[in-house]
Amino acid sequence: MTAGVTILLPGVLRAEAAGQSRLTVDANGSLRTVLDAVAASWPRLDRRLRDERGALRRYVNIYVDGDDCRRSGGLDTPVRAGAEIQVLPSVAGG
Amino acid sequence: MTVLLTIGTSKGLFLATSDNRVDWQVSGPHFAMTSIYAVGIDRRRATPRLLAGVDSSHFGPSVATSDDLGKTWSEPDQAPVAFPADTDTSLVRVWQLAPGPASEPDVVYAGTQPSALFRSDDGGRTFTLVRSLWDHPHRTEWGAGFGGQAIHTILPHPEDPARVLVAMSTGGVYRTSDSGSTWSPANKGIKAGFFPDPYPEFGQCVHKVARDAGDPTRLYAQNHGGVYRSDDEGATWSSIAEGLPSDFGFPIVTHPDRPSTVWTFPLAADSERFPPDHRCRVFRSTDAGTSWSALSAGLPTDPFYPTVLRDAMCADNATPAGVYFGTRSGEVWSSRDEGESWVQVASHLPDVLTVKAAEL
Repeated sequence: MTAGVTILLPGVLRAEAAGQSRLTVDANGSLRTVLDAVAASWPRLDRRLRDERGALRRYVNIYVDGDDCRRSGGLDTPVRAGAEIQVLPSVAGG
Repeated sequence: MTVLLTIGTSKGLFLATSDNRVDWQVSGPHFAMTSIYAVGIDRRRATPRLLAGVDSSHFGPSVATSDDLGKTWSEPDQAPVAFPADTDTSLVRVWQLAPGPASEPDVVYAGTQPSALFRSDDGGRTFTLVRSLWDHPHRTEWGAGFGGQAIHTILPHPEDPARVLVAMSTGGVYRTSDSGSTWSPANKGIKAGFFPDPYPEFGQCVHKVARDAGDPTRLYAQNHGGVYRSDDEGATWSSIAEGLPSDFGFPIVTHPDRPSTVWTFPLAADSERFPPDHRCRVFRSTDAGTSWSALSAGLPTDPFYPTVLRDAMCADNATPAGVYFGTRSGEVWSSRDEGESWVQVASHLPDVLTVKAAEL
């Protein structure tokens, strides 16, 4: 049985989730598992975060309970039940 | 008469309309903070469908469509252009969106970075990789221009749906005459000055190709050094650079319905990417490149330094034909008399990447 995690979205992505700033996804285990669950309900949101190979886009940062996923296993980062996942655009652009 | 001019920039899409092609109303940016490398205006519908290749530096590429001339846009849930899993490749961006021939009203082609051709059979909502070109044995030897490795030109034959021509930097021109079952390089006579053998079978840095309005086997190419014409649909090419102030530049544009009329915007050289003599001038030929004349009435007379990129020049389908170009300094210019005189449509925009125009 799985338990939910919370995903916090930046304003620029909320249109891809019907305007919601906070999603609850009934999945945990790894960040990949959570994003696969996101893709099932919000496919357009998922493709803003990951390319067609499933790789996290370069200028998208995801924090799992406050830790940058790129420093804790990438998409294999463990996600506990009840975790808070925050999506933030990185500093980029001109 | 109303003309729509789409202006894709590095920070969004601007739409300009005019009833006289002198006074313009500009709206936007649509898709703010995204790069719009490709726009297609599909005039095969009662209300033209607009297609936009939208590329967010953060959130990736996509293709959006509008059936109300840009008031609203939509895109499918699943990525409209995506590489199949077995290619181990991901889309960087869409560089070209080209409606197919009239006999295939729902066919739209997309040219991408990395260099690949995609085909849509539902009017540009979803696309499928054209495997035959992706699997071409030359593909692993195609290089990348400074802007990236991309198919930036797609020319479906206007009457024969089995014939399509594409061009890429670097790689050159390829064509099919059997509905994409096989593809052949079509670069004989086009120079690649950056190789020890300057006339290879493929590998040329072709910047843009345009098809003649009267004879679909006649093509014009602006190359990375060299301006060419082909009278046999790309089998062989001959220089038409004589009479131009230089043979370098990016765009080349043909008249919508009059044969042998073509426009270009030369730059001094590969190593000097300013307009020749720092003068803002469009060059036109009305004899298929045998001779050229400079057009500049209404254009800036001060020293002029901006570049016009390969897709940032176009013609509309009105009578007389309108001609348009946008610069990397965010200026857009239009002519309603085939280049004889010019007015400014917009200024202070982000870098202009593409312009497309159509009479509505």
